[in-house]
Amino acid sequence: PVLFDDLAAHLFKLNYSAEQEYPDLSQHNNHMAKVLTPEMYAQLRDKETPSGFTLDDVIQTGVDNPGHPFIMTVGCVAGDEETYEVFKDLLDPVIEDRHGGYKPTDKHKTDLNAENLQGGDDLDPNYVLSSRVRTGRSIRGFCLPPHCSRGERRGIEQLSIEALDSLEGDLKGKYYALKNMTEEEQQQLIDDHFLFDKPVSPLLLASGMARDWPDARGIWHNDNKTFLVWVNEEDHLRVISMQKGGNMREVFNRFCTGLTKIEDLFKDRGHEFMWNEHLGYVLTCPSNLGTGLRAGVHVKLPHLSKHEKFGEILKRLRLQKRGTGGVDTAAVGGVFDISNADRLGFSEVELVQMVVDGVNLLVNMEKRLESGDGIDDLMPEQK
Amino acid sequence: MTDPFLRPSVLPPLTGVLAAGARTAAMTKNCHNDYKMKFTTDEEFPDLSLHNNHMAKVLTKEIYEKLRSKSTPSGFTVDDVIQTGVDNPGHPFIMTVGCVAGDEESYEVFKELLDPVISDRHGGYKPTDKHKTDLNFENLKGGDDLDPNYVLSSRVRTGRSIKGFTLPPHNSRGERRAIQNLSIEALSSLEGEFKGKYYPLDGMTDAEQEQLIADHFLFDKPVSPLLTCAGMARDWPDARGIWHNDNKTFLVWVNEEDHLRVISMQKGGNMKEVFKRFCVGLQKIEEIFKKHNHGFMWNEHLGYILTCPSNLGTGLRGGVHVKLPKLSTHAKFEEILTRLRLQKRGTGGVDTASVGGVFDISNADRLGSSEVEQVQLVVDGVKLMVEMEKKLEKGESIDGMIPAQK
Repeated sequence: PVLFDDLAAHLFKLNYSAEQEYPDLSQHNNHMAKVLTPEMYAQLRDKETPSGFTLDDVIQTGVDNPGHPFIMTVGCVAGDEETYEVFKDLLDPVIEDRHGGYKPTDKHKTDLNAENLQGGDDLDPNYVLSSRVRTGRSIRGFCLPPHCSRGERRGIEQLSIEALDSLEGDLKGKYYALKNMTEEEQQQLIDDHFLFDKPVSPLLLASGMARDWPDARGIWHNDNKTFLVWVNEEDHLRVISMQKGGNMREVFNRFCTGLTKIEDLFKDRGHEFMWNEHLGYVLTCPSNLGTGLRAGVHVKLPHLSKHEKFGEILKRLRLQKRGTGGVDTAAVGGVFDISNADRLGFSEVELVQMVVDGVNLLVNMEKRLESGDGIDDLMPEQK
Repeated sequence: MTDPFLRPSVLPPLTGVLAAGARTAAMTKNCHNDYKMKFTTDEEFPDLSLHNNHMAKVLTKEIYEKLRSKSTPSGFTVDDVIQTGVDNPGHPFIMTVGCVAGDEESYEVFKELLDPVISDRHGGYKPTDKHKTDLNFENLKGGDDLDPNYVLSSRVRTGRSIKGFTLPPHNSRGERRAIQNLSIEALSSLEGEFKGKYYPLDGMTDAEQEQLIADHFLFDKPVSPLLTCAGMARDWPDARGIWHNDNKTFLVWVNEEDHLRVISMQKGGNMKEVFKRFCVGLQKIEEIFKKHNHGFMWNEHLGYILTCPSNLGTGLRGGVHVKLPKLSTHAKFEEILTRLRLQKRGTGGVDTASVGGVFDISNADRLGSSEVEQVQLVVDGVKLMVEMEKKLEKGESIDGMIPAQK
């Protein structure tokens, strides 16, 4: 029982025992549910970060969304940078599980030097229809989307508009706030496949990321429509570089240049991105730690995708497939979204290199199968 | 089980005339709320320019400024109160409330906001008004003879909150489970026509689920953003369930939008019997909760305290499904309903359209009149409307029957 005068509101729940409060995870299949024991819950339940994020806040989305028998969701989120420290007893094992055995003592390498990428400018455009690289960034000093207040979100939007407005040349562009978009602007953004909607996924809603929608949410893109920034959706910033065809090198170059410029502009205004040498870039979802990077192509692989070894090949190349509608959609017309599977423990250059090299190989395999030849000699080693 | 209200007895006594709500609000340290105080009122005040709900009509920057530093003892803040109204701008034709209580103290700590909302919603009810509770079914006159050729079914529902626990937008799993346990104990001890069984949502067999759906008893995880944005669906389906008596005429929902929703219903027009069962059953349940030092939340100003300010007072909706194909197309139908203090809905519930001229007719008021008074309005009003329907069937006029404003 709490006895002090100055009662901390979050300790009200301590009137109940850990057993009474421990969630029922018997139907659950997500990383949080696999890791969170009653003992761990008892240890962490009286803690909170300086901004007031608690264990129950971290896990709410995983309690509310038991998961899918085939897809392993993460089931927990960070509410601020300190979450990863205060709740490390839970999040370190989740990170280890999700990121291939990444240990609490491991160091993550950041490399945004596009010149370190080899090749990547000549993926066959007869097969590779488009190329794209995305990542997320969090602005140090603010709480993350599950927890931030309206004042914080607006502060983030303000800083972002200022920074993005000062980009020039190929990156010069315009900001469209969600809440005062004209009908024409909205239609154009939909046609360009740029517009993001209020989240409908219960994974996001249950963590509180859609609060106060559409306040302080918006989209910025350059005049050429090859560089796009989402403000205050699932992360403070989501940065996307993309174009038709197979010149991943150019896409990655623009990505690195743009990101670095934006980071400098924020620093000029006294704000850095959240980053540390263990977790790399700190983002809302533990699955996006490290690089937060997903580099991918839309590629035609009608023959290869039906080959019995397709899944195995992707695994060895450290790649994953999705339908062209995004995660969880089915492929249409043999066109797949192929991207890096890893986020943490490899640098940006390393991950994009895997995509470039892997897709080159997959296209060669596809051509082989088209001619009726075998691909056994092309089988890669486990990367 | 630890009494969740251990705290007041171990706090040092305060001298002076501070109201209970003000004292506990001042003494509660809410880390998250303190953090947000770094931002100015202007920076935090929600954009309500596109909004049409009671909260948006009432909440000024001045009120927000005054309330934003406060927290109830359990940690509920003004941002928590208004979140659902910020996230759901409302409908041009339906006036939603746009705010919820997280505990009993919310109505005190945030009275600058909630009193005007209550006044707006409940026909000018003033902060000094007193609410009358009357669950003595014998005070109802008539009501046992609504014509079953027209009145297809009769139903009375209300909600109850259990003192000592926070409300569904805010409560923890431990609290919700304690509420469920107390409810099961209370309901299991009912006898005679009230003898029944509890079906927890997370332990139901397929067969049980199908039966409950066929009986129209089963409630689902809320999908309405009005409810989900207020946090009422957290941890679903943990500690949620349905209890009903063997006769299927008395039903209790546990831990949905309120701690308890109590429903009495049956086919036909014997509202008197429905209301009697309602009152008797409710009072039996209340006795058992009181024995465990957890009576229902009630005060002489707001009556029964519930999650949504629209349900304060009696929390009662007494209604019938009634065939009014001719009257419903009469030019004066709406006017008649307004004067009788009744409202219409389709038979699928609020916002649905009527099918085959069958309407759900129920009392419009909740606060400021008693249970008996509200059910009396339904009984008398429906009786009159059925007579009007019969007249119109015969091709006769109803002009002489138009009632005065009740």
